Amino acid sequence: MPADNIGCSSTFPAIDLRIDSPADTVAVRHLLDTLFQADIMQDLPDDQRGTAELVLAEVMNNIVEHAYSNGPGSIDLRVMRDLAGLECCIIDQGRPMPGRALPSGHLPGTEEELPEGGFGWFLIRSLTRDLHYQRNGSDNRLSFRLDAEQSPH
Amino acid sequence: MNLLAEYSGDLLIIRALENRIDAAGAISFKERMRELTDTPSQRVVLDLSQVVFLDSSGLGAVVAVLKLLAPDRKLELAGLTPTVEKVFRLTRMDTIFTIHPSVPAGLRDAS
Repeated sequence: MPADNIGCSSTFPAIDLRIDSPADTVAVRHLLDTLFQADIMQDLPDDQRGTAELVLAEVMNNIVEHAYSNGPGSIDLRVMRDLAGLECCIIDQGRPMPGRALPSGHLPGTEEELPEGGFGWFLIRSLTRDLHYQRNGSDNRLSFRLDAEQSPH
Repeated sequence: MNLLAEYSGDLLIIRALENRIDAAGAISFKERMRELTDTPSQRVVLDLSQVVFLDSSGLGAVVAVLKLLAPDRKLELAGLTPTVEKVFRLTRMDTIFTIHPSVPAGLRDAS
C-alpha cells in the first residue's frame, strides 16, 4: 500500500459524493448547501449534521483564506457515508500548510485581549477523529472522520 | 446581513434575521451591528434564535462587536440554537458573554 494511502488518496474508498467548488466563501456556502441536500445525508441526526457543517466550513474557509490567499483556486470535497458517520477528504492545490504540518489548534487565550480569530483549528481538532494532512506534489490533502459524538455522561 | 433593531426603554434588541453568520457574512454582520449600535442604549441584546449556523468567522465577528461596545456597554446574547451554542461552549466564549435562553421573556425586568 503506498504511503499516501492514509485517509485521503486517489484510491479513497467508495466515494459516495464528490463536489468540486471554486475556493471562495460564498461558493463554500453553496457547496455545504448542496452536500446536505444529498440523499446520503438525509438520515444524519441534527447534531451530527451541525457538527459536520461546522467542521467542513472551517476546513474549506481556511483553504480559501490561507492556501489560496494569493489567488483563485478550487476545492475538491469527497465524502463517504457509513454507519458511524462520515469520512471526508478535501483536496486543494493552494500553498502548503506552514511547516507542511497541521496547525496545533490551541484555544486562543482570553487573558490580555479577547480573540477575534484562531478558533478554527481548535474546533476542527475538537470535533474530528483520524485527522491527517499530506502535501502530495501540488496537492494539499486533508482527511478526517466525523462520527456521532460520545455522550458526555 | 439582515438585522432588525427594536428599542425597549434602555434596551436595544437586535434580531438576526439570517439563518447563518459565516465567513461569507461576518464582515457585513460586523458593519451592520456597528451601525445599529451607534445610537445610545444601556444594554444591547443580540437575538440569535433564527441563526442555525455560526462558524469561527461568525464567532470572531460577535466577539468584535462585544469589544466595539466595551467598556461602556455590554453585548448580551439570546436564543442560541444547538449548533451555535456548541461553538460558544467549545471555545469557552460562553463564559465571556451573558447568554439568555430567549428574548424577550424574562429579560426586560431582569437587570
